[in-house]
Amino acid sequence: MIDTQALRTAAWPTEPATTLAITPATVELDAVVKVYGTHRALDGISLALEPGEFVALLGPSGCGKTTALRALAGLEAVDGGSIRIDAEDVAGLPTNKRDIGMVFQAYSLFPHMTVLENVEFGLRMRRVAAAERRVRAHEALDLVGLGDRGERFAHQLSGGQQQRVALARALVTRPRVLLLDEPLSALDAKVRVQLREQIRRIQTELGITTLFVTHDQEEALAVADRVAVMREGRIEQIGTPEELYVTPATPFVADFVGLSNRVPGVLKAGTITAAGATFELLGDPQPDGPVLAYVRPEDVVLDTSPRGKGLAATVVASSFLGSLRRTTVRLEGDLLLSVQHDVSLQPAPGDGVRVGFRGNPVSAISAP
Amino acid sequence: MNRRLTGPVRLGLAPSPVTRVAILGVVAIVFAIPLLSLLEFSFRDGLSGGYTLAHWTGLFDPENARPYRTLFQSIGNSFLLAGVTVGIVLVVLLPTMLLVHISFPRLRRVLEFICIIPITVPAIVLVVGLAPVYSIVVQVFGGSVWTLAFAYGILVLPYAYRAIQANLDGVPVVTLVEAARSLGAGWPTVVARVLLPNLRRGVLAAAFITIAVVLGEFTIASLLNRRNLQTALLQISTSDGYVAAILALLSLAFAFVLLLIIGRIGSAGNRSNS
Amino acid sequence: MTVAHTAALVADVAGETPRRHPVAGPAARRRRGGLAKYLGLTPFALYVLVFLAIPTVLAVATGFFAEDGTFTFANILGIFEPAVLATFGSSFWVSALTAVIGAIVGAFVCYAMLGTKASGALRTLVDSASSVLAQFGGVMLAFAFIAAIGNQGLVTVWLIESFGINLHESGVWLYQVPGLIPVYVYFQVPLMIITFLPALEGLKSQWAEANATLGGTRWTYWTRIAGPVLAPSFIASLLLLFANAFSSYATAAALISQGSQIVPLQIRSALISETVLGRENMAGALALGMIVIMVVVMWGYSVLAARTSRWQR
Repeated sequence: MIDTQALRTAAWPTEPATTLAITPATVELDAVVKVYGTHRALDGISLALEPGEFVALLGPSGCGKTTALRALAGLEAVDGGSIRIDAEDVAGLPTNKRDIGMVFQAYSLFPHMTVLENVEFGLRMRRVAAAERRVRAHEALDLVGLGDRGERFAHQLSGGQQQRVALARALVTRPRVLLLDEPLSALDAKVRVQLREQIRRIQTELGITTLFVTHDQEEALAVADRVAVMREGRIEQIGTPEELYVTPATPFVADFVGLSNRVPGVLKAGTITAAGATFELLGDPQPDGPVLAYVRPEDVVLDTSPRGKGLAATVVASSFLGSLRRTTVRLEGDLLLSVQHDVSLQPAPGDGVRVGFRGNPVSAISAP
Repeated sequence: MNRRLTGPVRLGLAPSPVTRVAILGVVAIVFAIPLLSLLEFSFRDGLSGGYTLAHWTGLFDPENARPYRTLFQSIGNSFLLAGVTVGIVLVVLLPTMLLVHISFPRLRRVLEFICIIPITVPAIVLVVGLAPVYSIVVQVFGGSVWTLAFAYGILVLPYAYRAIQANLDGVPVVTLVEAARSLGAGWPTVVARVLLPNLRRGVLAAAFITIAVVLGEFTIASLLNRRNLQTALLQISTSDGYVAAILALLSLAFAFVLLLIIGRIGSAGNRSNS
Repeated sequence: MTVAHTAALVADVAGETPRRHPVAGPAARRRRGGLAKYLGLTPFALYVLVFLAIPTVLAVATGFFAEDGTFTFANILGIFEPAVLATFGSSFWVSALTAVIGAIVGAFVCYAMLGTKASGALRTLVDSASSVLAQFGGVMLAFAFIAAIGNQGLVTVWLIESFGINLHESGVWLYQVPGLIPVYVYFQVPLMIITFLPALEGLKSQWAEANATLGGTRWTYWTRIAGPVLAPSFIASLLLLFANAFSSYATAAALISQGSQIVPLQIRSALISETVLGRENMAGALALGMIVIMVVVMWGYSVLAARTSRWQR
């Protein structure tokens, strides 16, 4: 352990000086446990990142996603399991020897240093010569589009700009892994979308292995190669955004990722009968009986023609969302359904309509 | 099973418990010595080397009421002054702060500057100019001791201002006022039923710190020849050091309790805010 | 004063509530409301004028007049006479020394308090005790020190009896300028705790974590981040401590009954009409001297404080 540590420390100054070339690493969390008192913040989570992969840890607040990220960074001691970067166990390695780059939620720029000094800080810690430091810092700032703000102080920048500086500061040392701890959550909606695209573009360009923590499912689906959905210290499902959305492994995932209608029905031998339609059950087999099926709004079909097919329903509300329209209808028995449909249909509250289902497989929980 | 893989993560911020206890322990002991000495002194039986409760019991003995009369009078003066000064804070400072906060946001810096000035102008300097002012005050209000509260109101400005402002900063005053007024409340209702309940913490803290500062005030009373707790203490210390020691301890304890209450009010507020 | 103020508020209600005055045009109403609002500021303005502005101006102005009312620079020049300069010197070094000791010891206590809960019992206890000792002490602290290290003091007697050490071997110094030092330190340390602790708590945990993820150590955290970030607050607190000691009067008045070894005591002498340097109105000149020093110190304080508040958003 100590040998590799010494080697790495010694190796830093001799790395090539001209580009931000990064050697992407693998990251493995294996049955990691973290306990606070009686609360198991991490209840044996396992997660493997391929070199250059962008993985999002997604979950509601308090699910342990930030703890997992901080354990990987060495900012939290863990109580069990192992963490490996490039197949090397980093248990005994303090944060400053792990060769990682991290972007925090907010306010992480050193307030008494200029932007340039902030970006140079990691290089200074690695005893990179002043001239080279300057070149690399400018390069990193150019990468995030702030090449002209080097002399500013953090308080003279907008929130989005501060986070871009933090990103440049994290990348300039060419770390093996980039850790992003809800870097967008303190920003305005519009800046958030711009910056997440910029982060993804830079990540792809550099090919750096990245772990991104967020509670915003839209954000996770938009940028990550794979998303790990966490709940109460455990990973519920890991998969590509499409997998999570189309084939959620658990009702929690179905509920947390995207929108779902909960339709009461009956499960028998892997087939659900609900609202006059049949659906195949997703995920693990479940005992027969009454269930709530999770049906996506886009899997519901709206028919406004006078003699349409399907179940009779009354329009409650309808909202225009740009490229699509989402309408809430009430079925017999007071069941409310959210339907996503083309903007060419413009139902008004009170209209009588008919709804049907596309019949895609759904996940379900047994009804209380 | 539950092996600890890495030691406690120390990033350079908080001290270790050992360091903390060591520093706080040493400072606490050194700081306790003078106060404990004062306590020990209050039990001394003259120069005999023995100890007695006589000084403590004697102070509250009705038979001694006569020699201590001026002393108790001075204590009464101090409490009267504290009350009037709190009144000045509530009637002059508080409404002005509210008015400035709501209607003259541009004057906030000016008000803050004015309220901080008494730190720059020491009481010993102020008293030089107060002497002629008070020769007029006496003609208007008479020479009663309570008039000293006018000067004390100035002394407590920085403390009272800070206490109230801290509370004002944490409450969306302008929004509350607009909400109340849009619901049809008149200004008196807004102030009494919306603003003051939300500012209770700050106003209470300001009142308590004002009482503590006034009870501890010596400079102005001494040089304007008025009697209050502190001048009486100094005077009696030359004749009866034990009584001076006891009263010093009691008033320190009283101020400590007052400020402890401010602390509890403050931290209770912080909890509900977070 | 209250009546005037409430009247202003009430007038404002009338001015801004259309249904009560349907006739008046909006502009007229706003103008009247605005005027009433300004009236609301007058009680405070008058109060501060009479009891803060006028006394301050008078204090300084009297220094420029002789007893017979004629304008003179004699009092001001008096400040520069060796005897008076010496008291300014004493005031200065006692204040500077106790400020430095108080700042260093107080900073250590603040450091020890880091990581304790802000609403915890220990914090409340330290805060309250600090406030009492820093703002309330004066005369009573002098008593405490007489009881501890005075001629017959507990510590004095104990040191002699146990170790044969005589605190006052070369004369009793507690009632002289050196005696002010322990007592002043006793209220400087608590003041440092009150003023510096918020700055220390303004250090964000992200800075320590960013330092670590960027390859820094505890050492680089304190030398390159926490140290430079805290430096302005530390110096600002130091200046405040200096100002506090410099303007302190009660402790000195209680300890030193004879002589005028520091400036506030010299003002006392001048006020109770013992003429200083044989001049009347010397108090005004001394007050001016104190104000000049205080203004310079507090100006430095506000510049530094503004700088740190910028960082502590």
